[in-house]
Amino acid sequence: MGLSPVLWQFMVKWLHASALFPAEASGISPYVDALYFFLLLMTVVGTALVAVLLLVFSIRYRREKNPVATQVEGSTLLEATWTIIPLAIFLVTFVWGALLYFRIYNPPANAMNIYVVGKQWMWKAEHPGGQHEINALHVPMGQPVQLTMISQDVFHSFSIPDFRIKREVIPGRYSTVWFEATQAGTYHLFCTQYCGTQHSGMVGTITVLTPDDYKKWLQQSTSGMSLAQNGERLFASMGCNSCHSGNAAARGPNLAGVYGAKLTLTDGSQMLVNDAYLRDAILNPSQHVTAGFAPIMPTYQGQISEDGLIDLVEYIKNMQSNYRVQQTQVTAESDLAAPTTPPQGTNETVKP
Amino acid sequence: MSAAIGNTILSLPDQATAQIPKRNYINNEHGLLSWLLTGDHKRIAILYLISITFFFFIGGAFAGLIRLELLTPQPDLVAADTYNKFFTMHGIIMIFLFLVPSVPATLGNFLIPIMLGAKDLAFPKINLLSWYLYMIGGTLTLAALVLGGVDTGWTFTTPLSTHYLNTHVITAATAIFIAGFSSIFTGLNFIVTIHRMRCPGMTWFRMPLFVWAHYAASLLMVLGTPVLAIALVLVALERLFGIGVFDPTKGGDPLLFQHLFWFYSHPAVYIMILPGMGVISEVISTFSRKRVFGYTAVAFSSVAIALFGFFVWEHHMFIMGVSNYSALVFSLLTMLVAVPSAIKIFNWAFTLQKGSITFETPMLYAFGFMGLFTIGGLTGVFLGSLGMDIHLTETYFIVAHFHFVMVGGMLMAFLAGVHFWWPKMTGRMYPESLSKLAAVTTFIGFNLTFLPQFILGYLGMPRRYHAYPPEFQVLNVLSTAGATVLGIGYMLPMLYLAWSLKYGAIAGDNPWQATGLEWQIQSPPLTENFLETPIMDHEAYDYEWLTNKTKKEVTTVG
Repeated sequence: MGLSPVLWQFMVKWLHASALFPAEASGISPYVDALYFFLLLMTVVGTALVAVLLLVFSIRYRREKNPVATQVEGSTLLEATWTIIPLAIFLVTFVWGALLYFRIYNPPANAMNIYVVGKQWMWKAEHPGGQHEINALHVPMGQPVQLTMISQDVFHSFSIPDFRIKREVIPGRYSTVWFEATQAGTYHLFCTQYCGTQHSGMVGTITVLTPDDYKKWLQQSTSGMSLAQNGERLFASMGCNSCHSGNAAARGPNLAGVYGAKLTLTDGSQMLVNDAYLRDAILNPSQHVTAGFAPIMPTYQGQISEDGLIDLVEYIKNMQSNYRVQQTQVTAESDLAAPTTPPQGTNETVKP
Repeated sequence: MSAAIGNTILSLPDQATAQIPKRNYINNEHGLLSWLLTGDHKRIAILYLISITFFFFIGGAFAGLIRLELLTPQPDLVAADTYNKFFTMHGIIMIFLFLVPSVPATLGNFLIPIMLGAKDLAFPKINLLSWYLYMIGGTLTLAALVLGGVDTGWTFTTPLSTHYLNTHVITAATAIFIAGFSSIFTGLNFIVTIHRMRCPGMTWFRMPLFVWAHYAASLLMVLGTPVLAIALVLVALERLFGIGVFDPTKGGDPLLFQHLFWFYSHPAVYIMILPGMGVISEVISTFSRKRVFGYTAVAFSSVAIALFGFFVWEHHMFIMGVSNYSALVFSLLTMLVAVPSAIKIFNWAFTLQKGSITFETPMLYAFGFMGLFTIGGLTGVFLGSLGMDIHLTETYFIVAHFHFVMVGGMLMAFLAGVHFWWPKMTGRMYPESLSKLAAVTTFIGFNLTFLPQFILGYLGMPRRYHAYPPEFQVLNVLSTAGATVLGIGYMLPMLYLAWSLKYGAIAGDNPWQATGLEWQIQSPPLTENFLETPIMDHEAYDYEWLTNKTKKEVTTVG
């Protein structure tokens, strides 16, 4: 940014090597650092200006030199100067900071998604392929990664200083952050929001792998079930499929392809279906009734963990047709006919 | 009086003949009860001074323990829970029991009626009540401490404070709730006094800037503190009865607490700093023998800070998933609130121009304030800038920024004020060279403590960490070393000021040749301040008026 790239690299690397500056390990880091150095310059110049004024006046107008003070009322011109110049600098800072903020928090469309659950006092990362990690996160280099995060208890905050990103992890609400790692290596992960006794133990390691290494890692660490597969099991075992079957006569709305669509609710408002909407609709259905349907869905608050919710959300997100839902139902209904099956509540039975 | 041009403005009466005035507010009545039941604003100010000094050293001891633990990366001095209690108690005591009442309740209480030419504050009994409320709040805080402490952090963040901790949260919240009323009453008293009790001729624009600053701070106290009280009551109700205001599983909003809390706690920062700015205006003017440059701009900038101060609270929550557009608005307003502070700094600097400057201890502290507050203020711009805030918030950068403003700014201003008015309050001078040493020690110790924390913050070291990665150790060791120096810097005034009560030189009415009404009466003042109601027939900081007055006195007295 204005500075020659060679000089920039030299300065940043030198500072980093002296343990005075964090590594620039993400795509956004140089942009954050550019603003930082601008602000640092502003602070140094501003402080130096005040120091020089104090020093010069102290020497020139000390009592030995200037026994009698000359009274001055003030000066509108001078005061306007030191109102307008700082204001202008602060406004530049505001615009620059705002642009950076949007850049840091608005993920690109091609970002891959990883879920993160924070709880006292650990980070649990869940990859869509079913890889689970505790206090660790493996990500590929050169690929935008979005984290969809939620807390199971208190406020936490997910911070990777070497990537210059941080976001609060809030109970009862998804928050997201994204980054693109640019250097292979391991980096600190901190919880930066005070969260109780072991707050300083809620740390982890971010491992950035080359795309090839990442593929290897994915294969070696899979638990055998993807999040969506787990979600499908839950969908059936919690009886969601009995209403959300996609049949014309079904009591609940069709969920296939609902993700990313705009829904009209009974109160007439329009809602974009995203991760947060799906989660809220499961926990608090009475507030999210799709137009044309009766408010009959019970709440699942307290019956399902955040991990389970993530599985369900991931399942619904990737649900393109109702074929498998109806298949599960057919299996369940065929069980009805079987002589050993109890006569009611059979929809909740899960067949392996 | 010697008229030779020296490097000091100090003019003391002839020590061989001088005496402390026979009748003054200190010896007017005797016995402990005469102090505990007094309605005299000066005596109440002294009660406050003693009690906030007591709490300052308790809060300081916790700061020392925190720095000691952070000397090594391993959690080796105390257990995690104990450490969390340390920083919680440090925060609660320093903010609610020291910084908020520091200048207003001591210097403000003592000086505002005198500066306005009044006999007392508008409501002397409410003034005493607010000291008792403060003491009840303080005692409850100590009770929470003795019973086992509290580990919510001074921010009481929900749902941690409501559902996940089994320490003395209710006791501490009650303490702050009660201490809050002390602050509301003080603010109310100041506002009414400033409106109603100015002496004849004391127009709004003849008031010392110290009074303007307190007026602005009082507005914040009266309007902001009730919101904190509400937030704390809701925390207590949520904890005791599970009312669910902040609990997402009951349909509550955990972010609501932070909105309520910061709606007070951001203006609270200005409650803490504005009175300090008032002190700096008085000190800079007196020791450069000059009217404050652009009096009106400085007066209005105080009011502007108070006004804008109410509309920036969300900048504490930029990373918490607030709407992008509200973040934009709050960031912009944060930039605007920085401007009046910049105006003040430059106006003070230009007050020195063409002055006749001397460098007594209060002036040294004021210089320290200007340097450190400038750094503190400008690093605040980092945090108001949205994109930068993401990386810096919740790290040691914010700890350093906050301490630059509060300790580097406010505490320096408090010490400047205590030294400046010490002769007025006690009738005796503090030892000058020792106090200069203390001022310099404080400045060096402060920078050594908090400059490394800016670097630590950018490296990403989170605040409130009991243990940290080993590569951060060098900077932490520097910081702890600085804290030791700083500790000595604060112990010194405590010792020599106590010494001076008995052995200090007799100060006389106006040792600094200052223009304020408080300097035209005896030191220590009479209980009723003035024998006859003064008439303000000149502007504030009118040194020519003072010269003429002194000349007349010399000719008539002989």
